[in-house]
Amino acid sequence: MTEENTERLGIVVSGSLNKGVEVRLDSSASVEDIAVGRYVTIEGEKRRFFGMITDVSLGVIDQKLTLTPPDVSDPFMAEVLAGTSTYGTLHVLPMLTIGGDVSSLIEGPQPVKTVPSHFSVVNLASQRDVELVFGSEDEKRFYIGTPLDMETRICLDLQELVKRSNGVFGKTGTGKTFLTRILLIGMLQKSAAVNLIFDMQSEYGWAGTSEGGRSVKALKQLFPSKVAVCTLDEENARRRKVSTDFVVRIGYDEIEPGDMVLLRQTLNLTELAVEAVYQLSRKFGRDWVQRTLDLKDVEELPEGLNIHESTLSNLQRGLTTIGRLPFLVPHSPDNPVKRILEYIDRGMNVVLEFGRYKDVTAYILVANLLTRRIYAQYQERMEKAMGEDAARPTPLVITIEEAHRFLNPGVASQTIFGDIAREMRKYNVTLLVIDQRPSGIDDEVMSQLGTKITCLLDNEKDIDSVLAGVSGRSELKSVLSRLESRQQALIFGHAVPMPVVVRTREYGSAESYKAFASVDESEVKKQAEKDIEELWE
Amino acid sequence: MAELADRVGEVIEAGTTDFVAQCYELYESPSLGSLVKTVDAPVELYGIVYNATTASLEPGRRPIARGRDEASEEGIYQSSPQLAKLLRSEFGALVVGHRQGDRLYHYLPPKPARIHGFVYLCSPEEVKEFSQSFDFLNMLISAHLPVSVEELVSACLRQMSRVYEDRHAFLVAAGKELAVLLSGNLNQLKAILGRIKE
Repeated sequence: MTEENTERLGIVVSGSLNKGVEVRLDSSASVEDIAVGRYVTIEGEKRRFFGMITDVSLGVIDQKLTLTPPDVSDPFMAEVLAGTSTYGTLHVLPMLTIGGDVSSLIEGPQPVKTVPSHFSVVNLASQRDVELVFGSEDEKRFYIGTPLDMETRICLDLQELVKRSNGVFGKTGTGKTFLTRILLIGMLQKSAAVNLIFDMQSEYGWAGTSEGGRSVKALKQLFPSKVAVCTLDEENARRRKVSTDFVVRIGYDEIEPGDMVLLRQTLNLTELAVEAVYQLSRKFGRDWVQRTLDLKDVEELPEGLNIHESTLSNLQRGLTTIGRLPFLVPHSPDNPVKRILEYIDRGMNVVLEFGRYKDVTAYILVANLLTRRIYAQYQERMEKAMGEDAARPTPLVITIEEAHRFLNPGVASQTIFGDIAREMRKYNVTLLVIDQRPSGIDDEVMSQLGTKITCLLDNEKDIDSVLAGVSGRSELKSVLSRLESRQQALIFGHAVPMPVVVRTREYGSAESYKAFASVDESEVKKQAEKDIEELWE
Repeated sequence: MAELADRVGEVIEAGTTDFVAQCYELYESPSLGSLVKTVDAPVELYGIVYNATTASLEPGRRPIARGRDEASEEGIYQSSPQLAKLLRSEFGALVVGHRQGDRLYHYLPPKPARIHGFVYLCSPEEVKEFSQSFDFLNMLISAHLPVSVEELVSACLRQMSRVYEDRHAFLVAAGKELAVLLSGNLNQLKAILGRIKE
């Protein structure tokens, strides 16, 4: 489809700003060619409107037609009646206005505040319109996919994206991991932020697998100089022939009471046991884990601690479970937080692979522990930067999977992730939340996510929680539940001017790797040219 | 100006909405639904033939059967040559538009046709020009005529479609217009569509 040859669909016949407008299809346009989620432009009298088709329905001019249907096997009859006595209607949700007055020319597309007048002509959006709305690929925009039935590239403004916490949602097998990998590559190329990825399934660092069992390259293979892979499970990494940059070991003395709160559910600790943790750590100091484990019975408790026997044994059992994790050592020789921060300061992305330790306990413990300490460092540096006008730390995006375990209403207020999601970018740290059960995530956290990218969801509760508070919710709901189960996603929120359904770009073939890499090469070239210029200055 | 050969009759009765013309030759009236015109300078009136009759010149004198001893029907006219002068053919045309200057209007002219005005059959070019707009269909549908609306409309559209190369496209476009006009009367619409499909 070219710019000159826009397809006329019909005219606006009724509607409201709240509910969207009804468009009566021309007889030349067939309802069967129209798909929910496609873009249209509406030529109003004073401005153009840009909107999305959210519903398609059939109408008849006379109810008698439905009772005594005409003989449509006769092509002449069918052709005459189509578009006159029987017609299709589209439900279009206007989202943006383009052009018109001076300010909109300068500021670009604006959110709609009115509806087009009666009988305005509705066209399918042209490639140029889509580009005008979503921008074309440049230094900060990253090509993420194409709209349905079009070849145009939809680009995400990644510099805007990383300023807020974001979420990627979808059922298992809908392509969340692929989408996230593309997003991570985008951030790596187009934004100033670096990523820290808690990679539960070891899919982002070196290589991942597609649903068909095919192996696909991940970040480290594509951008070796920009990615560091660290692992909790050295042996597993060696077996998979992954070159890791360092091995993370965590000392008992690094575990803080806050970490235990998160693990309450997975370790089956009682409320009292969690309370006891605080008392013990106050008494024992940094060594509390080891010293609690060493206690033989309540008799050995120091003075002033009032802990019931069953509570203590409950806690000890929990701590033993943690203690069995091989990457936990009484005293860590290395400081993993320091190492990770060193990489981050150099602008490198860090992927932490969990290897064989795929159980939730390990994931929650490590992710929470590391994040808390990194965040504390960031907070400190940021405050220093504000006070002394020193350089601000590199923006950091922390990617977590199974986010509902960290951010469920029960613990969201206590974990560091809840804080990050709420306090947002104040300290240059944001989250990329990946989850399949968004309904399990605390409402307050969900409401703070800037951009949500969601693949197919079919649980009513999940859909509701993802779309909570979005305008045109019921319309988007019908779009969301009709996404294809693979390679399609609905993006809405801060980084896009309007909700958009994309077919995500290809990932996993040789050409796709080349496409990702080529951008990188051009950047290298640009940098080289800049260096040469500077040399001669 | 129209050719002499296209002349089909002369107006003998005229009203605002229709006129009646007598044919110069017996039985030579234009087909049902044809587009005809008559001139009342500077206005040209267009009409659609809705009715044709052949009867005795004198209303009280009806023709009598004469063929008992004749071998063929033609023989009757040959043995009684006065017949052609005692009978006459007439046709009625519903006024559906007019032309004044260069413009064509699809509504009634200010004045009816003149008596003794010549009536011409419209050329294919004129038919094509006139049928660019389907506004005349509304006049056909709402007229009170001795012939049924379904018959007249379908005959008219069949006639007009002959001048088009793409008859189908013309008929579909006309059908769509009718579907809108007859949205409340599905049976009439079906009847007309059934009569114009090829």
